[in-house]
Amino acid sequence: MTDLATPSDLERGVALAARARKWGAWYVAEHRFRVMRSYLQTVLLTGIGNPLVYLFATGVGLASLVDANLGDDAFGGVGYLVFVAPALLCAAGITVATEEFTYPIMLGYKWNPVFLGMNASPLRPGQIIDGIVISVVVRMLLTCLLYYVFMALFGAVPDAAGWVAVPVAVLTGLAFGAVLMGYTSTLTEDTGQLAMVMRFVVLPMTLFSGTFFPLAQLPLYLQWIGWISPLWHGTELARVFSYGYAEPIWLTVLHVAYLAVLFAVGWVWARRIAVRRLSK
Amino acid sequence: MPAAVITAENLVKKYQDFAAVDDISFEVQPGEAFGLLGPNGAGKSTTMRMVGAVSTRTSGALNVLGLDPDRYGPEIRAQLGVVPQSDNLDMELRARENLIVYGRYFGLPSRQVAARADELMAFAQLEDKVKAKVDDLSGGMKRRLTIARALINDPRLLLLDEPTTGLDPQARHILWDRLFRLKEQGTTLLLTTHYMDEAEQLCDRLVVIDKGAIMAEGSPASLIRRYSSREVLEVRFGSDRNAAASARLEGIGDRVEVLPDRILLYSDNGEAALVRITELGLRPITSLVRRSSLEDVFLRLTGRSLIE
Ligand SMILES: Nc1ncnc2c1ncn2[C@@H]1O[C@H](COP(=O)(O)OP(=O)(O)O)[C@@H](O)[C@H]1O
Ligand SMILES: [Mg+2]
Repeated sequence: MTDLATPSDLERGVALAARARKWGAWYVAEHRFRVMRSYLQTVLLTGIGNPLVYLFATGVGLASLVDANLGDDAFGGVGYLVFVAPALLCAAGITVATEEFTYPIMLGYKWNPVFLGMNASPLRPGQIIDGIVISVVVRMLLTCLLYYVFMALFGAVPDAAGWVAVPVAVLTGLAFGAVLMGYTSTLTEDTGQLAMVMRFVVLPMTLFSGTFFPLAQLPLYLQWIGWISPLWHGTELARVFSYGYAEPIWLTVLHVAYLAVLFAVGWVWARRIAVRRLSK
Repeated sequence: MPAAVITAENLVKKYQDFAAVDDISFEVQPGEAFGLLGPNGAGKSTTMRMVGAVSTRTSGALNVLGLDPDRYGPEIRAQLGVVPQSDNLDMELRARENLIVYGRYFGLPSRQVAARADELMAFAQLEDKVKAKVDDLSGGMKRRLTIARALINDPRLLLLDEPTTGLDPQARHILWDRLFRLKEQGTTLLLTTHYMDEAEQLCDRLVVIDKGAIMAEGSPASLIRRYSSREVLEVRFGSDRNAAASARLEGIGDRVEVLPDRILLYSDNGEAALVRITELGLRPITSLVRRSSLEDVFLRLTGRSLIE
């Protein structure tokens, strides 16, 4: 705490700022990890419990029923468990997204405005968003990896390239999550909007994205839900890798592009709102 | 003379058509404790946010630590400590952890941050609250923790937005003592307050702001000398008779202010003024002689009281 401005003071400030300009997003991620540690138990319990319960229920319960009644042909020559597992994996990515891209955002801007504190440090608004994305990627990757391990244990991944379904699931979660983050960022108050999103977006998306049965079995007037749903694109893509599901190559490319574009658009949107909300 | 820490010239901040800060100019020198004194809505926080490089100005010039906040936000913020009007401590982390995390935002190495955090927990007299949940701290403790957090990067300039608003008298005194210590160490302070006693205690110099504009500038003593008399005699005749009595008080002292509940008589000798009132045959219900304060300065300048 010097009382005179010396060149070295300025240099120190510039040096600190340079570090923050470069690594700021990681500092924010570090904060998120610290906070996540306080609910690490929940993260691990759901990370292990969910795949166990879902894979057991579909693999041992539903699959035996479905396979016995419909035969393998109903799902393109694979058993029901193999068909449904990639969808469950992608849905797990979405579940992490619905938690990590909503609550921490509302918290940061409003409920316990830690973003204001970050914003008063050398960090810039966009870096706050970047840091959240980084932290969610890590948690999602962890969750999906765990899921994948259980999938493999349940014998739900016949293909050698099956592991690619993990990054696909992460991309799926991020594509949906980034847009959700953008939307959540626009909320100055949660008067039930997020609950509405869960009920009227996440739930129908989970049901009608070719998750539990092929999209083609839906009446045509409901199939559009799948076409715009990141979960459908992600699931179809994951199936290509997990059991060699056959689809035209252009469609595979389209899945990747669609997910990547959603991710990018949501991310940029959230960053813009951060700048607007934190630089009044 | 060393370069000023803050220079604001014709600074303006508009929200749509409304000027929250309306053409203010001031300078803060190194080591100075500079105050923005004004009522709610005067534009104090808005000014602080611009100085803190988190809000862009509408017009005018602003220089903080030799840099323009519009261009060098991170460079300026790296050297600032900020105590915002409402605490934004992280409720999900423990007390000391709040300092650690915050230090990391400045890119400071973990080991250095940890050592500094221990020092600052002691400085904030929170050694026994290291592991406490933020929610379990009292208002005064939270405020001290926020100040400790603001010092984690060893800032050259500390911004304090209403540091003691909402605290009980004892908590305020503990806080003032800490701020005094910083002042003694030579930290440059910019603080806002609507408490005249706080301004008098802590500020070397201050500006009185009202409705986004500066009404006066100077040291607390010089402002009082310039805009008020040495002493003030407060008399009450009962709310329905104050106005009638005040008419007869003209000429006693320099100035008379009639407030809803009492009359203020500005005079260099309060006791003598009281004697003259009684000589006029007036019998106030209560009377009190006190020294002039910044509250009187504000009343004189705006015709209103600081805390409505
Ligand atoms: N983001 C904003 N949008 C619109 N008006 C604002 C905003 N922030 C502050 N104001 C207005 O600007 C004026 C000054 O506010 P502020 O600087 O917070 O005053 P103070 O801190 O002195 O109480 C108030 O009338 C307030 O309503
Ligand atoms: Mg304020």
